Amino acid sequence: MNPSQLVKMVNDISNFFVSEEDENEAIAGVSGHITRFWDPRMRKEIIEYLINDGGEGLSTLSRAAIAVLEKPRA
Amino acid sequence: MSKTVWKDLGTPEIKSGNFVDLLVDGVPVSVPEGTSVLRAASLAGLSIPKLCATESLEAFGSCRLCLVEIEGKRGYPASCTTPAESGMVVRTQTEKLAKLRREVMELYISDHPLDCLTCSANGDCELQDVAGAVGLREVRYGFEGENHLEAAKDESNPYFTFDASKCIVCSRCVRACEETQGTFALTIDGRGFGSTVSAGQKESFLDSECVSCGACVAACPTATLMEKSVIEQGQPDRSVITTCAYCGVGCSFKAEVKGNDVVRMVPDFNGKANHGHSCVKGRFAFGYATHKDRITKPMIRKKITDAWREVTWEEAMSYAASEFKRVQERYGRGSIGGITSSRCTNEETYLVQKLIRAAFGNNNVDTCARVCHSPTGYGLKTTIGESAGTQDFDSVEDADVVIVIGANPTDGHPVFASRLKKRLREGAKLIVADPRKIDLVDGPHVKANYHLKLLPGTNVALINTIAHVIYTEGLHDQAFVTERCEEVNFKKWVAFISQERNSPEEMEAVTGVPAGDLRGAARLYATGGNAAIYYGLGVTEHSQGSTMVLGIANLAMLTGNIGRSGVGINPLRGQNNVQGACDMGSFPHELPGYRHVSDTVTREMFEREWNVSLDSEPGLRIPNMLDAAHSDEFKGIYIQGEDIAQSDPNTQHVTSALESMECVVVQDIFLNETAKFAHIFLPGASFLEKDGTFTNAERRISRIRKVMEPLGGKADWEATIMLSEALGYPMDYKHPSEIMDEIARLTPTFTGVNYQKLDEDGSIQWPCNQAAPNGTPIMHISEFVRGKGRFVITEYVPTSERTTRKYPLILTTGRILSQYNVGAQTRRTDNVVWFDEDRLEIHPSDAELRGVKTGEWVGIRSRSGETVLRAHVTDKVQPGVVYTTFHFPESGANVITTDNSDWATNCPEFKVTAVQVEPVTQPAQWQKKFEQFNKQQLELLAKAAEPERV
Repeated sequence: MNPSQLVKMVNDISNFFVSEEDENEAIAGVSGHITRFWDPRMRKEIIEYLINDGGEGLSTLSRAAIAVLEKPRA
Repeated sequence: MSKTVWKDLGTPEIKSGNFVDLLVDGVPVSVPEGTSVLRAASLAGLSIPKLCATESLEAFGSCRLCLVEIEGKRGYPASCTTPAESGMVVRTQTEKLAKLRREVMELYISDHPLDCLTCSANGDCELQDVAGAVGLREVRYGFEGENHLEAAKDESNPYFTFDASKCIVCSRCVRACEETQGTFALTIDGRGFGSTVSAGQKESFLDSECVSCGACVAACPTATLMEKSVIEQGQPDRSVITTCAYCGVGCSFKAEVKGNDVVRMVPDFNGKANHGHSCVKGRFAFGYATHKDRITKPMIRKKITDAWREVTWEEAMSYAASEFKRVQERYGRGSIGGITSSRCTNEETYLVQKLIRAAFGNNNVDTCARVCHSPTGYGLKTTIGESAGTQDFDSVEDADVVIVIGANPTDGHPVFASRLKKRLREGAKLIVADPRKIDLVDGPHVKANYHLKLLPGTNVALINTIAHVIYTEGLHDQAFVTERCEEVNFKKWVAFISQERNSPEEMEAVTGVPAGDLRGAARLYATGGNAAIYYGLGVTEHSQGSTMVLGIANLAMLTGNIGRSGVGINPLRGQNNVQGACDMGSFPHELPGYRHVSDTVTREMFEREWNVSLDSEPGLRIPNMLDAAHSDEFKGIYIQGEDIAQSDPNTQHVTSALESMECVVVQDIFLNETAKFAHIFLPGASFLEKDGTFTNAERRISRIRKVMEPLGGKADWEATIMLSEALGYPMDYKHPSEIMDEIARLTPTFTGVNYQKLDEDGSIQWPCNQAAPNGTPIMHISEFVRGKGRFVITEYVPTSERTTRKYPLILTTGRILSQYNVGAQTRRTDNVVWFDEDRLEIHPSDAELRGVKTGEWVGIRSRSGETVLRAHVTDKVQPGVVYTTFHFPESGANVITTDNSDWATNCPEFKVTAVQVEPVTQPAQWQKKFEQFNKQQLELLAKAAEPERV
């Protein structure tokens, strides 16, 4: 899928959780949301986008949340 | 068959704990204090002649037929306006009463055409019945004197006539328009013998403010107001109780049928969602079901540029299955998916998601709630534990303050709106939060106490300011919060909401709403008694749609306005079964009953029942499917009763995704816009052609019943079974009741639901199970479904869809009373008389700046695309905001809307699109292409119907 679309989606999620004062909870909120609602292919792509392509455009919280995502088997 | 569909007890039911005992014709009867003698007599099984009285209207006392004798009282009081009293002894049949009644009837009939045999109401006329009941045998006065027999007939309304020559001026129509509908379009003009019913200021019905709800027609005791369908077809010979297939109110109707044809749809007085009321769509706009555009044979083609070929169901299913398998073999198991329909039944949506999960072997299933109320599901599940509204519609009768946010009930949910208006006329207060001046803001006998005219996209800022005022001014219900909500999250939320940046004064520049108004509205909501929030897509279809739902839940919990009648959180669901489609597991991450696919216990239960292994990972949502199609990762789709090419945002993105797919299967009653991109077309069945259930916005499960055989030969659930079998996953159901039994076995909130109980109770509100065997009208009474309520921080984040010099206006969208969503149904009815094209509403100042006048063509350009509509200059919209509907495909309203969506659910941000508006002289490029493509597709369809082709 188009990485820029995935980047926008994850940044939008982060914009909601960024108001969480506890950083760990914010990270858990974003990563938990992605795990719960994203198709594993999308999760795999955003992880690879961060790891392999540098993750341009991802917010700080988005990067932190993607970093803790479990890589899907798919 | 009676025009009134219930045993008419004459005057409305009175709710009182005190009872009075009286004797009527020697029969003892006990009734609630305040009940009329007429109703008491009816309850005693006695019948008093009447004409101006009917149970749905307050007593009027004008016809002088329901006279009775009461011991100890002088004269002959009208029983409809006389309250029953303890110890009263009433006589309804005496010689004197009989003589009086005959003489009154004689006067009525002396000015009434004696054409009973040829009258359209013959056999369904209360005047005729009463004449018989009182034993009228002669009319001594003749017709020589002044009379109304030559009075003109008004046939302007497409659905009913007004024949003044048959009017007895009982005022039932006028009162129905006032009391039941709340429009006040009718009046009695003139005095005494010259009195006539008049629409507006002696206008025709069509030109008046009449909204064609049909309340006057249902109330009329003669043939004065009569459905044209009855005049043309005659009286129906059988009837079937069923449920409307338009909006989420879910009105109960009596489909009255002659042979295989529906003659009329009469609102069911026993219907618990509508109590005998209706709107122009449900009441009259059912002709689409037999429209000539219906496609009744399966069709296939290799490419979308090929002509369609009519085939048997077997060939269509075999081809569809082989194509889906081919695509999966080539592109992978996850390369196909499907969309369930909120217009189809619970049983049908359940089967489609089952087919996708079990036969496709993935969770790529979604539904149209994605583009409307998916944020409601997320927001309410997160805060209070259940993805549904908290109340029944009756609850509004106990509301003291009502907030309507981002909804236009008089157009979108008209039958509920009538009940709301009634409550407002009784004195309840109203707060409207909407960028537009919707009709509720200032209507007949209804005026909003506050109209918070916020800028589109600033909902969350607005709800935060209201909460800020309530908390910082100490107007919240601390006892409720302490007892019912999580303390830790509440404290965090308090720390957030108390900050000055959330005050109305700080946010005034953002929302555009004067701080004083916001403070006043907040105080009213918190202190005005029972306060209820009703909301619609103006809440959900935003980049912060889910945040706003969370904010609404925060507000209700903060003030303790939840868990009893008159309060609560009330999402006004868009389509007839959008609640049901969500309940039935139509989302890619949830099995039926809103249980996540990763929940092993639940998944294993389904695996055992379905005898198949299920995927534990969420699948693709509709926008994800479309994005994946653009990347050649998603190549096949089964779409039941959904029209994403018109209803979803960024039309060109949707249609190019569909074009890139190799197997598009559309099941619909018409060749809708999406079907023009399909390779396989399966004829759908209308709601009149099948059995099943719909679930409305108040979680009410109601039966729909087959009125006629499916025109295509199969109900939709039968077609899905056939496709599943062709895919190698047989399903064995002989009737939808068996599907519901399976749903009940697998879904805790449906455990007690079955067709027998639905037939006995009429309808059931889920949860219906051992804990609530008769259903649950109001939820969260003593505790929330999730246990303690959870406050969630709702930071306002402005949408990225910003206005600029290039795109200086904000476009927002909505719908109108006479048309319904993509218009596939209503465009094929006489409702086009009221609305035959989408127009762009623009404020006079913006119009003047651009040199635009009403009726002129304007181009609307956004970052996604451009289209052209006629302008309608009006101050209903505020400066800087333009508005349109999306009922006509050629309008291309969604060519303009963008891919922006809600952060949590990807519900599109339909309500905020930055645009520029300019005068133009010709259609947009997209419209020219659309016209060409549409013409080509209709030609390819016409070839399918040709008997001999080369």
